[in-house]
Amino acid sequence: MIEAVGLTKRYGVKTAVDNLTFQVRPGAVTGFLGPNGSGKSTTMRMILGLDAPTSGQVTVGGRRFRDLPNAPRQVGALLDAKAVHGGRSARQHLLCLAQLSGIPARRVDEVLGVVGLQEVAHRRSKGFSLGMGQRLGIAGALLGDPQVLLFDEPVNGLDPEGIHWVRNLMRKLAGEGRTVFVSSHLMSEMALTADHLIVIGRGQLLADMSVKDFIARNSAGYARVRTPETSEKLVRALSEAGAHVQPEQDGALRVSGLALPHISDLAFDLGVRLHELSPHQASLEEAYMRMTQAAVDYRSTQDQRFGLQQAGPVPAQAQYGGYPPPHAAPQHQWQPAPGPNPYQTAPPPQGFGAPPAGPVGVSPAGPHPGAMAPPVAAPPTAVPPAVPPPPQDAPPAPAAAPSLSKRESES
Amino acid sequence: MTHYPAPAQAPLPAPPGAYSSPIPVVRTHLGHAIASEWTKIRTVRSTLWSLGVMFLLVVGIGMLMTGTVGENEYEYSPILSFGLPGVLLGQLCIVTLGVLVITSEYGTGMIRTTFTASPQRGRVLAAKAIVFFLVTFTLSTLACTIVALLNKAALEGRSINRFDGSAEHQVDTASASMGEFLRATVGVGLFMALLGLLSLAVGVLLRHSAGAITSMLGVVLLPLLASLFISQISVKEKLQEYSMPNLVGQLYGVPIHGDDGGWGLLGLLGLVTAGMLGAAYAVLRGRDV
Repeated sequence: MIEAVGLTKRYGVKTAVDNLTFQVRPGAVTGFLGPNGSGKSTTMRMILGLDAPTSGQVTVGGRRFRDLPNAPRQVGALLDAKAVHGGRSARQHLLCLAQLSGIPARRVDEVLGVVGLQEVAHRRSKGFSLGMGQRLGIAGALLGDPQVLLFDEPVNGLDPEGIHWVRNLMRKLAGEGRTVFVSSHLMSEMALTADHLIVIGRGQLLADMSVKDFIARNSAGYARVRTPETSEKLVRALSEAGAHVQPEQDGALRVSGLALPHISDLAFDLGVRLHELSPHQASLEEAYMRMTQAAVDYRSTQDQRFGLQQAGPVPAQAQYGGYPPPHAAPQHQWQPAPGPNPYQTAPPPQGFGAPPAGPVGVSPAGPHPGAMAPPVAAPPTAVPPAVPPPPQDAPPAPAAAPSLSKRESES
Repeated sequence: MTHYPAPAQAPLPAPPGAYSSPIPVVRTHLGHAIASEWTKIRTVRSTLWSLGVMFLLVVGIGMLMTGTVGENEYEYSPILSFGLPGVLLGQLCIVTLGVLVITSEYGTGMIRTTFTASPQRGRVLAAKAIVFFLVTFTLSTLACTIVALLNKAALEGRSINRFDGSAEHQVDTASASMGEFLRATVGVGLFMALLGLLSLAVGVLLRHSAGAITSMLGVVLLPLLASLFISQISVKEKLQEYSMPNLVGQLYGVPIHGDDGGWGLLGLLGLVTAGMLGAAYAVLRGRDV
């Protein structure tokens, strides 16, 4: 259990971490998200007693890190894969750490096996790739078989196999009842690994909730509708039917809260021709970026934040406290969260919530077999996914990529 | 202890928060830190290089001096003093290693790993100081003893013609007393180890290899160099007296200025080193890594 209360760190006039209060519970993987420079590493260093907080405090298992009698047996940490003297071999490096906390040398060979570095145990770590360095760092964290584990960007530099391994390792560690706290700037990665999310931006807490809640609140579906005719009539009809309609930059409409066949029927009744009617999924990555972007803009220009909140159907900030939305009303016209996504023919993004096997790369496409087909071909329910999720673990990147490009066009 | 029969089923997964390691947890103490620092110091090449070069310089130059000592040259200086040039060069290796013992950890980021593994920073610093002191003291004393024994073997017993101003012509034999021998071996070994510790303290304070080594070279060389350019006699003499080469010179019985056998200056170096280590500890405790 890690507990931060009012944790603050200032460097001169710059506030790196601003009044953070959170808890990291055992038995779960807690993701620590934020863009570069948001204060993740500073927070981790304060947890480990490397940096002293300007105010507030953070404890591990009820004690400050520096008061722990044998710290590595209670807290293991990977801060930086390259925080190693390159002149020592992997084994010697781990041995000197083991001796420092009275861990038998046998254990060094055990963890070298766990991270798969037995073959290069006697090679100097100077020649290690970034991925091998990460494995060595993870070995160092596991050395004391601790109850609390901290990993700062552990998948940096790892190949897909390594990423898969880290993901499973963390879930396994959490499954054993340990506290696992993992920082990342990749939402897609965290969505696969973590049970709980703590999101910070500019050193401030933006969200502290379970991944399930985060998905329910932020991963919203919508339809893109394009008509060659004037859209006024259609917009009015859609709004009357309870949809939330926004114009997109390229002239299309972004409609949320209404099933595709329903939109099609409405258009048919009005005699409006449709050139496009396609389902879209606002990804977690998008929601996350919107959230953190808002935090950055909060400090510089009030107007931009206002604009951002108006822009999307996703009420990015309404729930998190600390950022009372200036206009709450428009955001609540449309409520996607409680029910299942109207565009999903399969259960909502199972790939995100499911343990490691979740095929994120495929899930956005999977539930929408007829993405460009006429709406009648895609009844809202009872059609099984045309593309079954592949057994292997797809890399997370493809899930985010399409929605990122969309995001650019909409802003 | 009672042994219970193993449960028929596999043990249930531990409930959240209940993970406890099967590896016994020990209470850590300075001994653990010393073992760790010993592993660290013997597994990097800079140690081997610095100490190897120091050893070669002290012994090599010592042998060279003894072998090439001219006719009657030993008449003017104590026979053990031919070890001095080697030590004057060898001390620079000790300075380098003393600095690197800590700055290499800052340079590579290893210091964060170290302080995560042992948040008791004072203990880590103490272990580093103890291990480094013992290693350098042992090796420098060994090197100096080899040179001193060589000098004794080669030069002791030769006859010396002393002309002490009076018309009387004395004939004497060259020898080294026990006190001289101790100063040229254990004394010089202590000097090297203390100089190394001072370098370590400066390394902790500055955290940068180049900066700390340069500062220490300044401490070792500057006072004597500066004294060459200062005409005011009192200042000049003070600078010479408290310069490091004068300390080594006194230990070998060939002082530049003043002579108390070197122990007084060695004590002073010990005090300064202790003070600097204290300052290093205070800074290390409060500073963000």
